[in-house]
Amino acid sequence: MSDAATLPPLAPLLDGGAFRARASEVRLEGVGKRYGAVTAVKPLDLVIEAGTLVTLLGPSGCGKTTLLRMIAGLEQPSEGRLMIGGRDATTLAPGERDVSLVFQSYALFPHMSVSENVRYGLQSSGLSKREALPKAEAALAQVGLSGFGERLPSELSGGQQQRVALARALVLEPSVLLFDEPLSNLDARLRRRMREEIRELQQRLGVTVIYVTHDQSEALAVSDRIVVMRNAEIAQAGTPEDLYRRPETVFAATFMGEANHLKGEIVGHEGEFATVKLADVMLRLPHRGLPLGPVDIVIRPESVRTGAPDGLRGTVRRVTYMGANVEYTVGTAAGDVFALGFDPDRPPRVGDDVALSFVGGGIMLVRP
Amino acid sequence: MRRFAFFALALVFVGLVLVPWHMQAAGVLSFGWVARASTRADAAPALLQAMWFGRWWFWPVCAAAMLGGAGALLIGRDRRLGGALLLAGGLAGLAATALQGGMIGPRGWFHAWPAELFGALKTRQFGIGLGGAAATLGFMAFATTGLAARGRFRGDAFVAFAVGLVAALIALFTVWPVGIVLAKVFTVEAGQNAFAASAGRIFEPKIWGLDCLSSGRSCGVAWNTLALAISTATAATGLGLCFALLVTRTSFPAKRLMRLLTVLPIVTPPFVIGLGLILIFGRSGIVNQAAFSLFGVELGRWIYGFNGVWLAQVFSFTPTAFLVLIGVVEGISPTLEEASSTLRANRARTFSKVSFPLMRPGIANAFLVVFVESIADFGNPIVLGGSFGVLSTDIYFAVVGAQADFSRAGALALLLLLFALGAFWLQRRVLGRASYVSMSGKGDAGLPQPLPDRVRRVVYAIALPWTALTVLVYTLALSGGFVKTWGRDWTPTLSHYGRAFGVEWGPSGVIWSGTAWHSFFTTVQLAAIGAPATAALGILTAWLLTRQRFAGRSALEFALLLSFAVPGTVIGVSYILAFNVPPLELTGTAVILVLCFTFRNLPVGVRAGMAAMSQIDGSLDEASSVLRASALRTMTRVVLPLLRPAIVTALIYSFVRAITTVSAVIFLTSAEHEMATVFIINRVINGDYGLAIAYASVLIVMMALAMGLIRLLVGERRIGRRASAPAAPAPIPQRA
Repeated sequence: MSDAATLPPLAPLLDGGAFRARASEVRLEGVGKRYGAVTAVKPLDLVIEAGTLVTLLGPSGCGKTTLLRMIAGLEQPSEGRLMIGGRDATTLAPGERDVSLVFQSYALFPHMSVSENVRYGLQSSGLSKREALPKAEAALAQVGLSGFGERLPSELSGGQQQRVALARALVLEPSVLLFDEPLSNLDARLRRRMREEIRELQQRLGVTVIYVTHDQSEALAVSDRIVVMRNAEIAQAGTPEDLYRRPETVFAATFMGEANHLKGEIVGHEGEFATVKLADVMLRLPHRGLPLGPVDIVIRPESVRTGAPDGLRGTVRRVTYMGANVEYTVGTAAGDVFALGFDPDRPPRVGDDVALSFVGGGIMLVRP
Repeated sequence: MRRFAFFALALVFVGLVLVPWHMQAAGVLSFGWVARASTRADAAPALLQAMWFGRWWFWPVCAAAMLGGAGALLIGRDRRLGGALLLAGGLAGLAATALQGGMIGPRGWFHAWPAELFGALKTRQFGIGLGGAAATLGFMAFATTGLAARGRFRGDAFVAFAVGLVAALIALFTVWPVGIVLAKVFTVEAGQNAFAASAGRIFEPKIWGLDCLSSGRSCGVAWNTLALAISTATAATGLGLCFALLVTRTSFPAKRLMRLLTVLPIVTPPFVIGLGLILIFGRSGIVNQAAFSLFGVELGRWIYGFNGVWLAQVFSFTPTAFLVLIGVVEGISPTLEEASSTLRANRARTFSKVSFPLMRPGIANAFLVVFVESIADFGNPIVLGGSFGVLSTDIYFAVVGAQADFSRAGALALLLLLFALGAFWLQRRVLGRASYVSMSGKGDAGLPQPLPDRVRRVVYAIALPWTALTVLVYTLALSGGFVKTWGRDWTPTLSHYGRAFGVEWGPSGVIWSGTAWHSFFTTVQLAAIGAPATAALGILTAWLLTRQRFAGRSALEFALLLSFAVPGTVIGVSYILAFNVPPLELTGTAVILVLCFTFRNLPVGVRAGMAAMSQIDGSLDEASSVLRASALRTMTRVVLPLLRPAIVTALIYSFVRAITTVSAVIFLTSAEHEMATVFIINRVINGDYGLAIAYASVLIVMMALAMGLIRLLVGERRIGRRASAPAAPAPIPQRA
């Protein structure tokens, strides 16, 4: 039986009142990490406002997990200062930082029962077992696992283990909650549901959440802000819409969703706009401070339309039927353009000559 | 952090104010010093010595304690300042303690220049005792807590203390003593040229002579040692490989029996094989007797010398090589062999082109492991060597002989150490460069290929006769205790056991009248004290090396591995040299034996700990630390419960090894603290084989039972653990 079918829903049980809503701002000032000659994170400044959900997004090896582990206190920055809730936390031990981390592998203690796992942090902070028990019960109820306290983690499904890990982090009422790729071990359907639940939980409790993922759709779905990382530094930070609609670089554009990357040339400036030559057509696009000369252009596939008389001419090379829509590729003088067609009833056919136009903000100039 | 600072303060307080600083002749636990503390300086705590007895050199120590104490009180309020004070107080305390201990001894000043500077000293002092030890530990805790407060060691006082402790122990009980032995080589007497004197000791003809090539006389001991080690390692590695292939790659039915062989060298004192060979091939051995009575041939004394030692060592170390190689052979991914066979290679080609090349680094490693065991071996050469000397026995004779020539012992120890470290260096290179062992976390679902026919026949032809021979040697070695006089009077008797382990009923209860009881009880008692220390220190070290990241970790790991490479004989000689004068005057006590066990067996604890630790996902520790648990709590609540099997293993192994060890211990025993193996060796040297064999048999059976027990206990634990292991996938956290 799939996890998604057996797990009780999380959201209806959520009751922010059981837990104190307390959020802290996290401020990184020139924080960097080197291992010998290897730079894992270049010195960077980043402010994560209290009560927001921020994702650190990037390909593997970009430094996002190292950054998260530095915030958790599991790694010591090589330089810079880390402030949590206005307090200098650079040299504090992980347990002294008022943060909690949900691990990718959940890291449930295999020799302790579920209840002991959830109580562990409370009893580490000095609570007696009697004081900790009701809190642990409440936390397990929060995640829809009342009555599972006496089981061992090995007796739970993957999704249930994930919730125990969440309860174990929540019960400490941290002012910052950290997630390290929390959904990567779940199947696709459960992943979708859990990410919505995590988002609702965060908004209900008003807690600050920092969330590491390499999945851009996950990041778009849950975040207030997204920090895209690449090669140990921040490539771009902003709201999901910012990043999708106004990427600054080719990398940000292609990493956040699908994008065609073509080369053009700016031939003139006119106020906010630039005149751009793409193969044999002229386009009018916001210049975004880019100088005259060769320029990188990205085009979202869903903004491509056919049938404009003076558009970019080309020939349909490949068509893939996807059910809800149709994907097709058009060979043009500027290169191949990948596009989504929303009319499955009248799909383009291989060999058709078409002229392409681009609507809305789906075409933009970016830095290389 | 605060709690730890107070713990350090308490240690310093106890060490300076509550218990006597110096070692008490009657033992600190007899409490006779309580009454004498007000009248005799040597029985008083350091603070009283400074206040009442004019021992002004303790004032700086007390001042440092005050400084650190202030830091401990402040740390809750101002971490940076408190940390700085703790660090300063700790370092000052360590320096003051070391300085006074190193400069003032039982005859006043150790050296001439302070006497000229400060004037002659009217008083004197002996070696440090419980107080000195507690205070030193406390000062170290001050310093490490100070470092942690200032952000080192991820701000964790326990980790900082543990690192400091392990580093200090290695420095104190390996580096320093070995350094003193080596310094002996370069000690110059009046009128000698320093260079010529030390070069003369190292390159003297008795060590490097090549007479055996040109004449009938024997070569230098260095050549003897090398020749023996290389031939032993070659033979043992070859045999070990045969056994490893037999067990893993054939359908040989008695595989479990073969694995049992690997337990033998652990439970057997190293000279027992030598004894068994004497009983077979010695002058009154059964082979010689049979040859004489059947054919009238006198086979002579060929077993005494190189041949006998070599044979004994091959018997002793083949199981070690087997143990190393079985891991290597099992570590080869069957998938690679399957891939080879799908690429049209037959079995022979797969074996010679894929399997064997993959084993090569492992085979080199096994060779080097046996090489080191051979040069460090003391028991077999001393029993069978005769006039054939090797480095380890020559060190012994240089020290215990009439001349007590420590400079010569130092030179020999230096060579032995260089050989061992050379092998260690090679081993690191072999393993570092070409570790092909293709095991990863992912299960490779493949079947190992059976051996090519020719290889299989060779393996059977070598391994089976050798197994029979091993069983024969052991059987004879054990049965020798039941006949009156081996070779002459074959009457069955229990008299040897009676002499060794006789028990009588006297008026006041049991009288342990057997000659072996004294050494037996001492050995078991000291081994039982040493085992928990070994296990605790070993597992703590393993935890630090696998789970903590701190500045200097690789240096610590390297120092530790290096200290493991020091042969036992070198350690033995260095301990008697380093610890027979204050400030650390330990020779003749039980303490030095326990320390020796602990450090000689530390590798067992560390390896058991590391092996177990690698099975436990590191994110569990991290989860614990994020969940507000201190490192100490993480250790006690998460790591230790999961490590219970490893702890039991380390406990029993270090207990068993402490009982069967010879090389280092033979230098350190005294009449009061006599060890079983040393007692037996002395019986062998005196020709009293019956008693020696009876005693050795009892030890072997006892140790084998202990090992069987542990297999039983740990085996069950492991099954229990697997059932409750987390089902969480992807045990290795992905570092992005």
